[in-house]
Amino acid sequence: MANLKINFAGIQAPNPFWLASGPPTNSGYQIMKAFDQGWGGAVWKTLGVPVVNVSSRYGAINHRGNRVVGFNNIELITDRRLCDNLREMEEVKKHFPNHAVIASLMVQTKKEWQQIVHDVQNAGADGIELNFGCPHGMCERGMGSAVGQEPEVLETITRWVMEVATIPVIVKLTPNISDITEPAQAARRAGANAISLINTIQSLIGVDIDRFVTYPVVENSSSNGGYCGPAVKPIALNMVKNCAQHPLVQLPISGIGGIENWRDAVEFLLLGASSLQVCTAVMHYGFGIIRDMTSGLEQYMDSHGFETIDQFIGKALPNVKHWEDLNLKYRVIASIDEEKCIGCQLCYIACEDGAHQAIDLNDDKSMRVPKINEENCVGCNLCSLICPVENCITMVRKDDGNEHLTWRQRTEANDVPTTFDDALAGGNSHTVPAPLEALKK
Amino acid sequence: MQDNEKRFPQIKPLMNTSEAYYESSRCLFCYDAPCTLACPTSIDIPLFIRQINNGNLIGAGKTIYQSNYLGNTCAKVCPTEMLCEGACVFTKVNIKALAIGRLQNFATNSAILSKQKFFDPQNNTGKSVAIIGAGPAGISCACELRAAGYHVDIYEAKSNPSGLALHGVAPYKITNREALMEVDFLKEQFGFNIIYNTRIASKIDVEKLESNYDAIFLGIGLGNSAEIKIKGENKTDCVGATEFIEQIKMSSLDKPMAKKVIVLGGGNTAMDAASESARLGAENVIVAYRRSEKEMKAYDFEYDLAKVTGVVGVFNIAPVEILGEKVVEGVKFIRTESQHGKLVNIPGSEFVLDCGLVIKATGQLKQTSMIANISGISLDETGRILVNETSCQTSNPKYFAGGDAVNGGAEVVNAVAEGKNGGKGIHAFLSR
Repeated sequence: MANLKINFAGIQAPNPFWLASGPPTNSGYQIMKAFDQGWGGAVWKTLGVPVVNVSSRYGAINHRGNRVVGFNNIELITDRRLCDNLREMEEVKKHFPNHAVIASLMVQTKKEWQQIVHDVQNAGADGIELNFGCPHGMCERGMGSAVGQEPEVLETITRWVMEVATIPVIVKLTPNISDITEPAQAARRAGANAISLINTIQSLIGVDIDRFVTYPVVENSSSNGGYCGPAVKPIALNMVKNCAQHPLVQLPISGIGGIENWRDAVEFLLLGASSLQVCTAVMHYGFGIIRDMTSGLEQYMDSHGFETIDQFIGKALPNVKHWEDLNLKYRVIASIDEEKCIGCQLCYIACEDGAHQAIDLNDDKSMRVPKINEENCVGCNLCSLICPVENCITMVRKDDGNEHLTWRQRTEANDVPTTFDDALAGGNSHTVPAPLEALKK
Repeated sequence: MQDNEKRFPQIKPLMNTSEAYYESSRCLFCYDAPCTLACPTSIDIPLFIRQINNGNLIGAGKTIYQSNYLGNTCAKVCPTEMLCEGACVFTKVNIKALAIGRLQNFATNSAILSKQKFFDPQNNTGKSVAIIGAGPAGISCACELRAAGYHVDIYEAKSNPSGLALHGVAPYKITNREALMEVDFLKEQFGFNIIYNTRIASKIDVEKLESNYDAIFLGIGLGNSAEIKIKGENKTDCVGATEFIEQIKMSSLDKPMAKKVIVLGGGNTAMDAASESARLGAENVIVAYRRSEKEMKAYDFEYDLAKVTGVVGVFNIAPVEILGEKVVEGVKFIRTESQHGKLVNIPGSEFVLDCGLVIKATGQLKQTSMIANISGISLDETGRILVNETSCQTSNPKYFAGGDAVNGGAEVVNAVAEGKNGGKGIHAFLSR
């Protein structure tokens, strides 16, 4: 039976699912409720300098019937009094001594930083998260992502904190930077115990096309916000992987970014995260989603024979390589299961207009099962991705697996091509229709 | 007429905005989509559904009306299960087909209510066309001709337009208000004239039209219900289905519904008449068909719709006599069976079913006497007008025809398609 317990940089929790710092962790009431429903930890909504918020604050992207596939906000850190937050933090710890309560912090001066670290330690926090990521409202005051984008500043402030911290310190990173591993290395140099990523991505979520203003609208104006939700997961996964693979980072990673279900969670864990933080999904569905998350994670672990989470953290990392190390001899082509095909012909038009003209319509118009033109198929996956039927189009391996040749090997063997000789390219092994053919259809 | 909206709740009610958004989200946007291929008017269904989904409701309405001038009427009365929705690829994996009819209704209803002007016809050809019959075929033909710049007058025998779409379609499929609203909407933007209460019947009427117009379109539909030629058929409570439905739709029944009703026939009209009788309070409604259930021409979903209201189908029985002193008291039937593909009566198998109303739904008569006044119009052996399939031109080159008078009785959408083709045919003929 799977054991979901974790020890993240010394912070214990009954499971890896933590609430990320944000509106769901605005109060002891919410956090108690979440723990009661099964969440393993919570990063308290950032405590720090006094702020004033605007109304409205959130914007979202909907996609064909699905609400909030992307989300952004221009809300600031907590607007509640520090003493209230600290009192509630103490109360939460009293009721849930074995759950992880992490205090997210954001202040300015060394004195302020060291004072607030003392405060939350006294309140019983299990860990500290330094908010160097918020990309709106706070950065203009020299905090949040303004720190996260300057590795040297990040390092300095982290050192101030490490001087007085007696509990584990997590540095939360902003993705609004070219190379996420630079601030991650700075955190490591400063002696931080862990990193968490990603914070929100600087964004404009959309434009009110009748009022000529971006969302969320504040009177007649708006401002850039922080982007999160399911749509950012791929960006987060890449950044988590970059940090996990980097030899000079070597810190536990708390994965954040679009996690909504157990599958997302497993993906983050496989790419090196060892705890997980969730915010948007809870803002959408409430704390109750935890039941599906823990149940799914347990099921996954049982089906793979993993007893503890440690056993598969980073398990996909060795397989994420540089492009030049991929086997150029590996070859797949699409295959359509005629029994399953429902005849939407989306694969045909996707390949015809959007790829390599490698799918033909059936000559018999009444038969709507398209045919793969194996000669033209480069194995790009497009048709299998857009096919609406489960397992109808699959990619079938065509090479015999005996040949292995990478771009790196070719380069090292002085075999860099000087002509366009790729066998898969249009015009080489197969024909590309002449431009005028387009007007004859 | 107003009561009908309460008495007959719509089986395809208007969608609300959320419903339309979520339903339209499901469309796959198939390439060379089967739904469009199945539509007699070839509406670009994936396009209008996507337009609804992306918040361009006016564009969706335009897409529909460009292919089908009676877009709202068809959205409500089409047997979509047999056409677009029946062809939806989702049905192949047991996923509910897109509610295409209701989505179409959502777009066209909005276009009508907001009085969109999609067309701006001109009187630029200087030529005039007369259309006989303001049913779906005639209206559709009129729109097409007005778009091409012809003066159009429609001659209608009744006092309302829309033909069977108003007088004959089951009241739970479309309300009278909806049917009339769409014709007003079309009249408003196309500017054709409808001359009501004017039956073109005599040779003189016909000759007058011929001298005043450059071409004539026959959208005359079918006539009264056919007789079955059995004893007792002339009793007052033995009525034709077409007349029965028209009475329900255009006036109110002058007496309470009979408790027991027998409908003779096995087509969609029989199902409508049976279903309406049950919905109006008949407790015992039997559809009596002389062949087997399998051979019934009614669509499965129409039979299902009738069965839901309590209608019972009895098969392989043929009526022999309508019984009763003054009023209908019952029908004497004889059992039938198929022998070597031929239907025969089983001797000695007569029996009687009691009832207070007999509805004959065994087809409508052709308008042969009217057509006889026009010279040179060829008919087929069943009395249908013979036309060129693409141009809808009859054997008399000045005459074109479409709708039930040509196809013998099909769906509203077929009449709309044929009317439009007829308009194109006339335009081609007059612009030679």
